[in-house]
Amino acid sequence: MLKELTYKRFGDKAIIIEWASKIDDTILNAMLLFANKFALKKPVNVVDIIQGYNSLTILYKNKIINFNEEVTFLKAIDTIVLKQKIQNTFQWEIPVCYDVLFGVDLEEISTQKNCAINEIIKLHTEAVYKIYFIGFLPGFLYLGGLNERLYMPRKSNPRLHVPKGAVGIGGMQTGVYPNNSAGGWNIIGKTPITFFDVNKLNPCFAKPGDSIKFKAISLDEFYHLEKEIREKTYQLLKTSQDA
Amino acid sequence: MLKVLKAGFFTTIQDKGRAGFASIGVPVSGAMDEYSADLANGILNNSIEDAVLEITLGFCEFQFLASAIICVTGADFSPTINGNSIQLQKRVFVEKGAILSFRKVNYGVRCYVAIKGGILSEKKLNSRSLYTNITKDFIVRKNDIISYTPYIYDVNNLKSNVKIDHSHFKSTEIECYKGPEFDVLNLQQQKQILTQKFSISGDNNRMGYKLNEEILNDLPQLLTAAVLPGTVQLTPSGKLIVLMRDCQVTGGYSRILQLTEGAINKLAQKTTHNSFHFSIIGI
Repeated sequence: MLKELTYKRFGDKAIIIEWASKIDDTILNAMLLFANKFALKKPVNVVDIIQGYNSLTILYKNKIINFNEEVTFLKAIDTIVLKQKIQNTFQWEIPVCYDVLFGVDLEEISTQKNCAINEIIKLHTEAVYKIYFIGFLPGFLYLGGLNERLYMPRKSNPRLHVPKGAVGIGGMQTGVYPNNSAGGWNIIGKTPITFFDVNKLNPCFAKPGDSIKFKAISLDEFYHLEKEIREKTYQLLKTSQDA
Repeated sequence: MLKVLKAGFFTTIQDKGRAGFASIGVPVSGAMDEYSADLANGILNNSIEDAVLEITLGFCEFQFLASAIICVTGADFSPTINGNSIQLQKRVFVEKGAILSFRKVNYGVRCYVAIKGGILSEKKLNSRSLYTNITKDFIVRKNDIISYTPYIYDVNNLKSNVKIDHSHFKSTEIECYKGPEFDVLNLQQQKQILTQKFSISGDNNRMGYKLNEEILNDLPQLLTAAVLPGTVQLTPSGKLIVLMRDCQVTGGYSRILQLTEGAINKLAQKTTHNSFHFSIIGI
């Protein structure tokens, strides 16, 4: 059973709705359901909703005059029974080249974990990762589902330059750097896929509730895909997750 | 067109920012000192949504390739036009070819230049605010050319400037609300945060201000959740970070305080070595 939701103030223009404090698919689904219901009744004074692992934060345009009244409204949203199906979700196949040319920390992880590089690649590609939310950088997906054997603490000295498309492991999480940035994760490969393109109508193809599956590709395939993406002939592979 | 002759230390273009894109991880951005930016637009009778230049710590120069009506607000960086001082908070007509210069800092950290009709730079995701990987560049650089609507003369010949309350620059009181995790702190920690003087470290920018002092951090780990401009985070090392306008949309550190809008604007006029104290107000 999910515990009862808590509603907290966050400054004078935001309310946090919190679920139980854990990373869990049931909680993700409950949050997505709430967000879908909220979208149907969204008041005009709401400017944004920020999702976390176990929270939705509702941002209002102006100061909240009556907190209790807003909470009563949010509680009423929670009790709505949806007749129509909520948003479709997809599983996206993301090609990743795990060559040590890109996976600059693969050898170190292999030594530390006493686990062959091939085994690391196998563990990383066989899992299906759930997208919990997007944050940190535009288009950075927070993924759940990393195999425990691949848990690896962040580097004590973050790198100043991690390239766009770098695939990394940081603690219990794995993810893709959507653009060049500084970063402290252990880099195990690189994808030619763009996760954030401001010039697209929908700058980030993925959304919370979707899943990611990584697929290992060779260096040759990487360069070939990079060319296809540049020439806009490449189509991302997706499959519907809905039964 | 405005030609950038000297870009200075850190100059950007800002408007009200891009709220509504948190779901794809896009920060809000917008003028650090929104009060001063709004004032500049207000004096010109612009829309408060219009984009302005945000200049950090002076020493820059711009040439107007067409005549314009402008207003400078916020920090005082000894602004001149063709070498003649101009007043802050005043509507000023600028001739074609004139050079607007900013030199030494008299007070404040960020100054705003509004141009009648607004700055007409590229708009991405509903905003002209510069940000990495969203706009073409994240700062204004030497030789950049910035568009605006030219005005051939000014029918509204205002002789006076608007008086402002200088406590905006001088006050060391930063008003805030209790943050979502404030009550998880023990009384000793709460008291320390509210009585101690805090100073700004050299690590301060549009994303956030790291403070020098330390608070014992024995709070349980938080699952990554929303943060906002003005959120004060308690990091594992015990140092505080006050998040500012370009902050990321989510974070994993305890959110112990939340600055008021007015306090974010005030803090935007402070920099390295400046000190202040937090005061909690009820909602």
